[in-house]
Amino acid sequence: MHKNWWKILGAVCVLYTVIGGLLIQVPTLPILHESIRNLYFHVPMWFSMIVLFTVAFINSIKYLSSGNENDDLMAVESVNTGIIFGFIGLASGMIWANFTWGAPWPNDPKLNSAAIATLMYLAYIVLRGSIEEEQKRAKISAVYNIFSYPVMVVLIFVLPRLTDSLHPGNGGNPGFGTYDLDNHMRMVFYPAVLGWILIGIWIMSMRYRIRLIENKRNHIHS
Amino acid sequence: MVLYKQVVTLLKKEILLEWRSKYALNGILLYVISTVFVCYLSFKTTPPLVWNALFWIIMLFAAINAIAKSFIQESKGRLLYYYQIASPQAIIIAKIIYNILLMILMAVIALIFYSIVFQNVVGDELLYFVAVVLGAISFSTVFTMISAIASKAGNNSTLMAILSFPVIIPLLMLIIKLSKNAMDGLDRSVSIREICVLGLINLIVIATSLILFPYLWRD
Repeated sequence: MHKNWWKILGAVCVLYTVIGGLLIQVPTLPILHESIRNLYFHVPMWFSMIVLFTVAFINSIKYLSSGNENDDLMAVESVNTGIIFGFIGLASGMIWANFTWGAPWPNDPKLNSAAIATLMYLAYIVLRGSIEEEQKRAKISAVYNIFSYPVMVVLIFVLPRLTDSLHPGNGGNPGFGTYDLDNHMRMVFYPAVLGWILIGIWIMSMRYRIRLIENKRNHIHS
Repeated sequence: MVLYKQVVTLLKKEILLEWRSKYALNGILLYVISTVFVCYLSFKTTPPLVWNALFWIIMLFAAINAIAKSFIQESKGRLLYYYQIASPQAIIIAKIIYNILLMILMAVIALIFYSIVFQNVVGDELLYFVAVVLGAISFSTVFTMISAIASKAGNNSTLMAILSFPVIIPLLMLIIKLSKNAMDGLDRSVSIREICVLGLINLIVIATSLILFPYLWRD
């Protein structure tokens, strides 16, 4: 029980944001209207994705220094889970953009950056698929993961700030926090971010443990 | 000091080998020139925006094809020999410098031929040249490491392309913006931010290459 408190916290937070996010009062803003509630679901996806990719990055470094196969497994499962969160983030963003900006894919640097970051990690998966030998696969994919992570950080955090964007917080626009996010929304938004990050890590750790069991079975059978 | 000597020796060897066969150089030059010509025959004339984008797309594919070879052409036995006499850092630095020289040469020739075939007015020619050189350097630093990774993973050219595109796109976006500024003849102070970010990314890429290559080279 004492080890599982964060899973319960994550589940409670997400449950609370689903209910609270749909019921608690939001400011009425032009264009956005009620669609502002998507903030609780769209933005946490990106936070979770970044956290998961960072976990993958750290585990790749750990793998290169230790050579422990389990570190590599955790890196690949973090990437797998992170890509799912990335896809959901793109999908929820496209629906939102369709209502507020008039098109599912407006030419916006943040959208393009997110899509390219997803491509980067899909390439990581393809790279893994192309190598048969297990240790070699782990080592080479860890090298690619560490090599591409700094570029991903530049892509998502630096480039959109150099150009104008429809998203708040870019091109000199102030961030959401300064004027759109009132106290009611903060009450839901911060738990939402925390909850989805915890759920993401939970999914990742479950997939990781399934892989460990599979590995053990393969060793026994062979 | 030892590292410096090793880099110089390896670089001399790369250039000497290239000079003897002239395979990569002639191959790439012919590749660039025929691609430019294919584009000329299909487009005839281009508006300025397309002119700039087309140039960088030609450069991108030429660079991928040129640099993908940099680890393939070494035979297995020769790689083993290098590993005994030189440090991994020296090998990757020599490869990066050699690729930078090759890319700059190729980019300059491509630019000259491209601007003869396609008529276009460039507002700030010096800045455009700087953008081309910076682009050549960025392509070399990123693709050298990726080609090392791809060469360990069975060497197919599809893998080289899918691994390098996502990594090069942020750099390419900055380079295209910088060269567009140069074409429009904007004041140079506008472009300083792009140049700084490009330089910074290149430094990060070189640093990570130096750290990671020692893990990659041993089988």
